[in-house]
Amino acid sequence: MAFGPYFLLATLEGLVTAAVLALTALGLSLVFGVMRVVNVAHGEFYMLGAVLAWWLASLVSGHPAIGFLLALIVSPLLVAAVAFLAERLVLSRLKYEPEATIVATIGLLYIIQQLALTFYGPEARPVRAPFDMRIALPWFGYSAYKLSVIGMAVLLMLATWILLTRTKIGLLMRATQSDRETALAFGIPVGRVYAGVFALGAGLAAVAAVLIVPTQQAHYLMGLDPLLLSFIVVIIGGLGSLRGTLVAALLIGLSDGIISMFFSPTLAKMLATLLVALVLVFRPQGLFGTAMR
Amino acid sequence: MEAALTLDSIDCSYGEVQVLHGLSLELRRGEVHCLLGRNGAGKTTALKAIMGLVPVRAGRIMKRELRISRLEAYEVPKTGIGYVPQGRRLFTDLTVAENLEIGLMTRGKGRDTLERVLGLFPVLRERLRQRSGTLSGGEQQMLAMARALCLEPDVLLLDEPTEGLMPSMIARIREVVAALRERGVSTLLVEQRVEAVLPVADRVSFIENGRNRQTVEVEHLRSDPQMVHRYVGVG
Repeated sequence: MAFGPYFLLATLEGLVTAAVLALTALGLSLVFGVMRVVNVAHGEFYMLGAVLAWWLASLVSGHPAIGFLLALIVSPLLVAAVAFLAERLVLSRLKYEPEATIVATIGLLYIIQQLALTFYGPEARPVRAPFDMRIALPWFGYSAYKLSVIGMAVLLMLATWILLTRTKIGLLMRATQSDRETALAFGIPVGRVYAGVFALGAGLAAVAAVLIVPTQQAHYLMGLDPLLLSFIVVIIGGLGSLRGTLVAALLIGLSDGIISMFFSPTLAKMLATLLVALVLVFRPQGLFGTAMR
Repeated sequence: MEAALTLDSIDCSYGEVQVLHGLSLELRRGEVHCLLGRNGAGKTTALKAIMGLVPVRAGRIMKRELRISRLEAYEVPKTGIGYVPQGRRLFTDLTVAENLEIGLMTRGKGRDTLERVLGLFPVLRERLRQRSGTLSGGEQQMLAMARALCLEPDVLLLDEPTEGLMPSMIARIREVVAALRERGVSTLLVEQRVEAVLPVADRVSFIENGRNRQTVEVEHLRSDPQMVHRYVGVG
């Protein structure tokens, strides 16, 4: 294949990675931005989303779209419910102390991972895509489903942006993010807002996993890579910044897709990690973040 | 006169450090009551204790018949207590309109309340779409007060509202406090600058080491200026 088509293919793969990564990282960024909690278990919510998607899809017979749609709706809700419970039972009791919550979410990571291993097993299992169609480009055919993943991710991010900027719930979240104590002094039930944000963050990771699982496979260890990449994205973009998360996800997703295809996936990860180091040295608040008060 | 708010022998601590030691205080209905004292005396902690932002270890805080020291912090403002914290503490990433909306949402107030509040601070009307963090210091203080007044409170807590402001702004804040008193709002005012509050205050309590040493009528203070010197170190 000539360079041009090869580059186009790499770019398309990079865009799919970026779309899924943006959704996953947005969840992590929201949780840190509003709650100041570094959620080390975020990747496991992603994994749980994929594993539940496989389980839900396997419950129904008939056209694969039915199982996929069921998974797309129910799996993020179940994961959000797990996150909500974890927040109420664990994080709120730790008073959101930064060090304690890191340790607690590490514990949560292992609990979710080992539960998945126990009940789901060590196998990697596929979920069938809702439709199997290829778009014939002059140089190669490309999965229409993969392109639809980009579209769905854009729609979901748009919905999240509308939630944050155009709704009463979003206003409460942004006020809590801005100043927790003053939010309390104006009647905002900060604990409930935190629980909602934690559930929303986990739900976003789960929906990203459901979208990608037809092109990959559900596996109990699949949460580690998204966690690392999400941290890379939110550090580069700026913790708590929606715009920064999107730009950094595009940057990392595209470079990951292109470098992986032309050179190697290892080199892509090395360069992304180097970029994080440079950002931490020269602009610790990230490209679009503001210095913490 | 009936008490709008009563602090009854309250103890408050930050971790191991006890800041308030059996502080008692009575805010009467429709009065402007000023808390004076040196830095670290416990004035700001007293306001935070009323708002439920620091736990009350002993004693009780009553708003008329309601024991508000047993409420969750987010429930306290719903009882009709507006709070203007020290340093304004605006939601700086939010616009002026959004800051006011948060105030309105606290007690489910609407457009009429907003219009009344903007009538008190007309400069904010021109800044509604501006991010509050970009306002001048005086405008930020106006917004902090306006946000608290959006609750239509019957008790207002002001923590050093004149800090860092120019004289014209201080005069405007005094006018607003006086106007609120006319409407029956009880105001508990923490200040370091005695001269800024005496013209508007009805009574003054001197706070020292987390205790209320003395509460006097303002007239009494005018006839005994040494009292201010004794507790605050100026006068």
